[in-house]
Amino acid sequence: MTATALANAAGPIIEVHGLTKIYRVYQKQEGLLGAVRGLFRRRYREVRAVDGVSFRIEPGEIVGFLGPNGAGKTTTLKMLSGLIYPTAGSARVLGFVPWERANAFRRQLALVMGQKNQLWWDLPAADSFALHRAIYSLPAEQFQRTLGELTELFGVGHLLRQPVRELSLGERMKMELIAALLHQPRLLLLDEPTIGLDVVAQVTIRRCLREYNRRRSVTILLTSHYMKDVEALCARVLVITQGQLVYDGPLAGITEQFSQAKLVKLQLAEEADPEPFRRYGEVVHADGPLIELRVARQRLAEVLAAILDQHRVLDLNVQDPPLEQVIARVFEEARPVHEVDSQLTTV
Amino acid sequence: MLRRPARLGALLGEVGKYGRIARIALVERLAYRLDFILSTLLRFLPMLTTILLWLAVYAGAGQLSGGQLGGFSLKEMISYLLLVHISRMFSSMPGLAQGIARDIREGNLKKYLLQPISILPYLLSYRAAHKAAYITMTAVPYALLFFLCRDFFAGWPSAPVLAAYLLSLLLGFLIGFFLEAALGMLGFWFLEVSSFLYVMGTLTFFLSGHMFPFDLLPAVFAQVLKALPFQYLAYFPAAIFLDKVPQEALLSALMTEAVWALALALLASWLYRCGLRRYSAYGG
Repeated sequence: MTATALANAAGPIIEVHGLTKIYRVYQKQEGLLGAVRGLFRRRYREVRAVDGVSFRIEPGEIVGFLGPNGAGKTTTLKMLSGLIYPTAGSARVLGFVPWERANAFRRQLALVMGQKNQLWWDLPAADSFALHRAIYSLPAEQFQRTLGELTELFGVGHLLRQPVRELSLGERMKMELIAALLHQPRLLLLDEPTIGLDVVAQVTIRRCLREYNRRRSVTILLTSHYMKDVEALCARVLVITQGQLVYDGPLAGITEQFSQAKLVKLQLAEEADPEPFRRYGEVVHADGPLIELRVARQRLAEVLAAILDQHRVLDLNVQDPPLEQVIARVFEEARPVHEVDSQLTTV
Repeated sequence: MLRRPARLGALLGEVGKYGRIARIALVERLAYRLDFILSTLLRFLPMLTTILLWLAVYAGAGQLSGGQLGGFSLKEMISYLLLVHISRMFSSMPGLAQGIARDIREGNLKKYLLQPISILPYLLSYRAAHKAAYITMTAVPYALLFFLCRDFFAGWPSAPVLAAYLLSLLLGFLIGFFLEAALGMLGFWFLEVSSFLYVMGTLTFFLSGHMFPFDLLPAVFAQVLKALPFQYLAYFPAAIFLDKVPQEALLSALMTEAVWALALALLASWLYRCGLRRYSAYGG
């Protein structure tokens, strides 16, 4: 083992400092005249897709990468996989500078995008796998063993000889993941791996990814719109909005950091008018004796005392608001101000 | 010096890799059998009409019995038109430029960036496999056609000429490939290249000598066209077969063809590198 390879094995899988990507976007001008003018002099606008992002990921971690559309998730994944250069900042992935695209780097990496497919459409997946074997120069015996293991894990052994176009979306995604794992990458980047899949397929894919991570301790960085994916897989999440990293830590900590409210569920002894409860906070739900309130955190003790004092309460339950709601709110608040000013209530 | 064997091994490994890719591409090609057979058969139709056209031209010029147009007798003309089909069998690259431009536009280029492969050797081995399959499968109908048309030919060329002919066909394959690949790389700079590619395709029909031999044109034009690389796509191999290239000039002519192949290979990979810099900076 060479000195660098040794260093790679020990260090973090991903280390990123001040990573920044500024796109120059051509501004199309309005109307025919504008279009003609655009032929001669083009106007550009600068878009900071990723803005000074820093983080590191250790071997074997599964990290969720969250953010609204256009927040810079995919751009970051593209930089980490070496598809595009950054405008500023540095990154070391598996010990390499990704955009130098060293073969040794590419042999240890896989990127799967849920909306793109790599498999030959009209041929059985087995043929695409054979091509993969040739591209990565995998020894036959190792290839067979890995393929056997993966098809068993994903439960698609019987579909290998069926043309890919005849597979269901979920089966196709499983084949895509198998193709990506055949060369046993140490880092797997997943962009929306469960997009458009039914719940059963989503669950299977999550289970397989978790199991594969456990067996091979492959490091996984994944983006997803399904909080369920993230909840099931990721001990740690990165939240990015408008190109900036706004959170890096355990999933549960998001509520802590971003939610200024608690959800108070009351069961009263008799039917109650929700009106008097409005002074404690927002009435989210009222159904006979059941009242659900959203209460600012710093007022919680005071509000609970007042309610217990003035009403006959049979049961009381204080919860964090659902993670999905918190995240949705974080994303919304990241939008330009004029879009959110009508919904600035705290969660 | 110590690293030498390791490097040689790595190089052989690389070549072997593209060999395996070619074998798999062959399997892929054979999945489309019907398309294959139809495209082969349909190629014979335009051939028939061109032959009828030239019969009419020679008849109109009153040169049906042995007279010449531009140094070509009617028999030579028809054998030329049959032979350029063989040339094009090697040098035409349907869909190559279009496919590269589409990969660029639709972001499929990333498979060449993410995986340990290089685009040009990959596409070349892929294409070579398709060509090999195509040529093998069409060998029988073509042999039959040439057998039926055997009276137009003066006979088999000598062994050295035949060898030169085969070499010119192989180099023609490379020239066709790299020319078309270079055109496809324009997709890095322009969103839509299909109309440009269509024009180039039509022009190539003329520039390559597929339409008729350059010798029919005024000497100046013929000289210019013979200085361009397009002639290797159709005219040059046919001219060798018909003994229109003097034997003593064969070697240097083939050398020139090889230099063109190399130059176009360099051009295509240079365009790819420039394009990639742009792609990696702006999009992806």
